Amino acid sequence: MPDNSVTSQGALGAKKHADSADNADILHAEHPPYLRHHFNSTEQQADAASFAMWLFLLTEVMFFGGLFTAYLIYRNWYYPAFVAGSHQLNVVWGATNTVVLIFSSFTMAMGVWCAETRRRKGLVLCLTLTFILGLCFLGIKTIEYREKIEMHHVPGFHYSLQSFLDPASNPEVFKEYHDKPLALDMARHTEIYFSLYFLMTGMHALHMIIGIGILGFMIFRARAGAYTAGHVTFVENFGLYWHFVDIVWIYLFALLYLISRHQ
Amino acid sequence: MSTNTIVSLPDQSTARIPKDNFFTRENGLLSWLLTGDHKRIAILYLISITFFFFIGGALAGLIRLELLTPQTDLMATDTYNKVFTMHGIIMIFFFLVPSVPATLGNFFIPMMIGAKDLALPKINLLSWYLYMAGGILAVYTMASGGVDTGWTFTTPLSTHYVNTNVLTTGLAVFIAGFSSILTGLNFIVTIHKMRAPGMTWFRMPLFIWAHYAASILMVLATPVVAIAIVLVALERTLGIGVFDPTKGGDPLLFQHLFWFYSHPAVYIMILPGMGVISEVISTFSRKRIFGYTAVAFSSVAIAVFGFFVWAHHMFIMGISNYAVLVFSLLTMLVAVPSAIKIFNWTFTLYKGSITFETPMLYAFGFLGLFTIGGMTGVFLGASGTDIHLTETYFIVAHFHFVMVGGMLMAFLSGIHFWWPKITGRMYPEKISQFAAVVTFIGFNLTFFPQFILGVLGMPRRYASYPPEFQVLNVFSTAGATILGVGYLLPVLYLIWSLKFGAIAGSNPWQATGLEWQTQSPPLTENFAVMPIMDHEAYDYEWLESQQAEKGTEATHAG
Repeated sequence: MPDNSVTSQGALGAKKHADSADNADILHAEHPPYLRHHFNSTEQQADAASFAMWLFLLTEVMFFGGLFTAYLIYRNWYYPAFVAGSHQLNVVWGATNTVVLIFSSFTMAMGVWCAETRRRKGLVLCLTLTFILGLCFLGIKTIEYREKIEMHHVPGFHYSLQSFLDPASNPEVFKEYHDKPLALDMARHTEIYFSLYFLMTGMHALHMIIGIGILGFMIFRARAGAYTAGHVTFVENFGLYWHFVDIVWIYLFALLYLISRHQ
Repeated sequence: MSTNTIVSLPDQSTARIPKDNFFTRENGLLSWLLTGDHKRIAILYLISITFFFFIGGALAGLIRLELLTPQTDLMATDTYNKVFTMHGIIMIFFFLVPSVPATLGNFFIPMMIGAKDLALPKINLLSWYLYMAGGILAVYTMASGGVDTGWTFTTPLSTHYVNTNVLTTGLAVFIAGFSSILTGLNFIVTIHKMRAPGMTWFRMPLFIWAHYAASILMVLATPVVAIAIVLVALERTLGIGVFDPTKGGDPLLFQHLFWFYSHPAVYIMILPGMGVISEVISTFSRKRIFGYTAVAFSSVAIAVFGFFVWAHHMFIMGISNYAVLVFSLLTMLVAVPSAIKIFNWTFTLYKGSITFETPMLYAFGFLGLFTIGGMTGVFLGASGTDIHLTETYFIVAHFHFVMVGGMLMAFLSGIHFWWPKITGRMYPEKISQFAAVVTFIGFNLTFFPQFILGVLGMPRRYASYPPEFQVLNVFSTAGATILGVGYLLPVLYLIWSLKFGAIAGSNPWQATGLEWQTQSPPLTENFAVMPIMDHEAYDYEWLESQQAEKGTEATHAG
């Protein structure tokens, strides 16, 4: 047979096979059902999955990076418009949402711990809490968006410059910041600020919605005990995703709400 | 033994294709559509990519036909705009970006590093479905009226002025982008985590290094174009103002975001091709690649430098003179690692035992054409000449030399090189050598006149031109016809070879890569036992000693 390489490997394979027959029981114990055929060990499988997750988060950083770049440039160009725009946001709601998200990250981390230590009920509880907190966040975001719609601060959609040409028209904001009226040209640039506000928080909310959807799926699976039998990669990786989305919000909160509070 | 070929085939009267291989393991359409096997997914990709290539090629044919005469006679100018736009979009996003990585990379990265599969088989399959979804959407867009912004989606043209299918095309590119991200991500994880025992980073074939570098670009750059396209879509539908100068937005920001991806994308396209060339040149000159480490790191260097040159696409768009200066210098820097590769491949040939099988002919084509394409890139990187040459046919000729002359030659080289491994059968040598020569001649005839047209000042993207340019355009169109024949021939004889080709055996080229040390076509799990890498890449002495060993074994057995 011309195909010599196969024959030589065949000899080697026969030896390996003999080894595995000796250790069949041990090998069986080392090969749990969730180990996929192309990995040599569960460590390799878990390593690969978590490495892939970090890489995916890196692509997410680059995805949001485009928006952060746009924010950086336009904030430098249209500083007064960005300050005035930022003053229109409700810091109390923003701060509440930050607390909600940080707390949800805590419950998520506890969920990962529960999965690792094989506590099924604890895991279900933590995932459910995270799920509810995620919904709370979106609820509060909805209230904020509604305020913006009522104030005609949605770009391209009945956008109104009144709050910027005549800040006193909105007494609640005015008594806190005493903004001076902007010139018409600069006031128009507030639309860019609100475009970025809706884009960045909207993109973030989209990630939250996807996360909450996956959480719902995970709660069902966790009740069936899928993550508390030693294979916790999925929970761990979802945890990474959830924390990432949380961290993005921390930056958004700082850049959109807080940065222009004191001048 | 005659020395003009290295091909060593098994005795055809007794040789058989191994009964158990990845084609035969499972049957039925579903076993293909739901497969996790990287080799099957590579085949799915190969078929779909060829399909999109010929759609893009047909559009190119229409462009050249229109340019046969100075008047706009074949189609209306609006139609012409749509045709060149769709040609660019299909060729770039649906052929060049996935070409080598998704087919040859998918097939051979696990095999070369001694793994059973890519790390994430389901993600790999998902990437093919995303690719198909994007591709079908793009073709649907073309059928339902097309888009005429140019493949660059230039704002504010794309956001405010054209009335064509910008949204669906953008969505198609967005989806295809995710397919590319997933491929790159999968490769990086696989190369890090799935290497066989003994396969250290500096024992990996250069094909792997090239794909690693390209994957970094896919993962880091593609999300940026994704967000840029989202912004274009929102600007177009809702008028959010980020790219709208009337609201204080800046169209240049779009250019920055777009080229931050689309320049590295050029290296996403060419780096895997360079990986192919390294394998082919080493195999057909029977030598280790000269300066292995330098070639490996030059791939990474191209990837890194590739991130800092994007603004050279914007020299005449109103960026500051200082930015032009800096980006001009940085652009020159990319020439250094590219030249390292060219020089090292040439030194590999020096005193090698060179043979001229088809893959090597394509590789020689690559060396010459990529060098011309790269050098003219230096002309365009220098801002002085760029201002004269940009938006002329010089640019068109430049990137076709790199992409078609470079990448497509590398792709065809790789397809021929690994065809025996993929299918277990040889392609017919004589006719394929003929096709390689036809491609080379057709290519030069098509695109070399375009350099001259560009220097003379013929602008790109117009359906008509002054009559004095006609002679060169006729040359170009004639060349395109020959080129088309050069591309059709391989399709015909490769399909023919599936049934009638000679049985290849496991290692027809006497190559050293791990993929050649297993049967052809490979088993579903690639190797009968996990290979152990105990030698450097391209170690022909190791291969000879292996064969000598087997020879003595055979004698003893006999």
